[in-house]
Amino acid sequence: MSETITFTIDGIEVKGHAGQTIMQAADGNGIYIPRLCFLEGCEPFASCRVCTVIVNGRPQAACTQPIAEGIVVENDCPEVLQIRKDIVEMMFVEGNHFCPFCDKSGNCELQAVAYRLGILAPKYPYLFPVCELDASHPYIFIDSNRCILCGRCVQASRDLDGKHVFDFVGRGPHKKIRVNAAARLADTDLDITDKACEVCPVGAIIKKGVGYAVPVGQRLYDQQAIGADIEAKTK
Amino acid sequence: MEKPRIATASLAGCFGCHMSLLDIDERILKLIELVEFDKSPVDDIKNFTGRCAIGLIEGGCCNEENVHVLKDFRRNCDILVSVGECAIMGGLPALRNGIPLRECLETAYINGTGVYNPSGKIPNGEDIPLLLNKVYPCHEIVKIDYFLPGCPPPADTIWEACVALLTNKPLDLPYELIKYD
Repeated sequence: MSETITFTIDGIEVKGHAGQTIMQAADGNGIYIPRLCFLEGCEPFASCRVCTVIVNGRPQAACTQPIAEGIVVENDCPEVLQIRKDIVEMMFVEGNHFCPFCDKSGNCELQAVAYRLGILAPKYPYLFPVCELDASHPYIFIDSNRCILCGRCVQASRDLDGKHVFDFVGRGPHKKIRVNAAARLADTDLDITDKACEVCPVGAIIKKGVGYAVPVGQRLYDQQAIGADIEAKTK
Repeated sequence: MEKPRIATASLAGCFGCHMSLLDIDERILKLIELVEFDKSPVDDIKNFTGRCAIGLIEGGCCNEENVHVLKDFRRNCDILVSVGECAIMGGLPALRNGIPLRECLETAYINGTGVYNPSGKIPNGEDIPLLLNKVYPCHEIVKIDYFLPGCPPPADTIWEACVALLTNKPLDLPYELIKYD
């Protein structure tokens, strides 16, 4: 039996086990912390920073920060909300996110987090970058217009599928997801059954031939806000 | 007391947002009790006849005429609202933003599949508004006060927004009314 740790989130006393992260403990207590890069079953690496919370006065990524006795965590306050809004708005302007015709719309985690944060329009100017689309694979395409560089596909392919189909290339504003092959997606050993094809939070990795199957109004986030499943857990 | 005036415009849009405005159904009767429509495709008034309380803008700016109309709206409206994805982020017209303008025009008028244009020229009459280098969201051209996302924004969103703005209430859209598609 691991040691029980008591701390507060937004003034509410919560309990977790030693070794848990703030996000794990919050989930266990029915408190939702927004996230985009976090992938269940993989080592968190805090790339998106959407799960930023304030711990004892300092911003920290909840997916990697371990809990400790008596820490004071702020999750639902104007300062944290503003940090998250800024990050998500930057993701929208740095890509080409055309929600009106995207296959993923309604099931997209980026869109759902933005809805939950109440974003109506980004405050930053749109960059309209020129991005590649690789539709060479018979069953899957990858559209980097919609990629937010969360790295879930990199992790899933490497750690869950035991392959190494995707990886990051470049740094800073030049950072991109590329396939581990000289040329195209079709030249990799990616299969449609791979976990890496399931984990994309946005519409960057899409299975062909199944788009728009669910009518508007019945899609995942048409019905309930993202995180409602976590909040529904008994405390 | 004189009724507050509303003006609307469709810039680089498809008129879908105006259709959604008409989708408020019988509430349109209540709306015209509350307001007078000024410059708008709804009543075909071409020029502003007076100061307007609210301007609703559909579509982004793809040519110089769009910019001219948008600036005219900013001068004549107390509150300017971007309605729909095209006004907010450029929308479908902004798909051309990654393609050089000349290439776009050459595909449309010279090289494109199925193009019949014996002159082999790109139309360039003085009555044709010049295209901008890319499609701009409205808030990158003028100050926009409120945003109603959606493609189109649901009729209820437009209704809620108009009523809130006309009655000086805060415009807080509930979760169900924030949609980007």
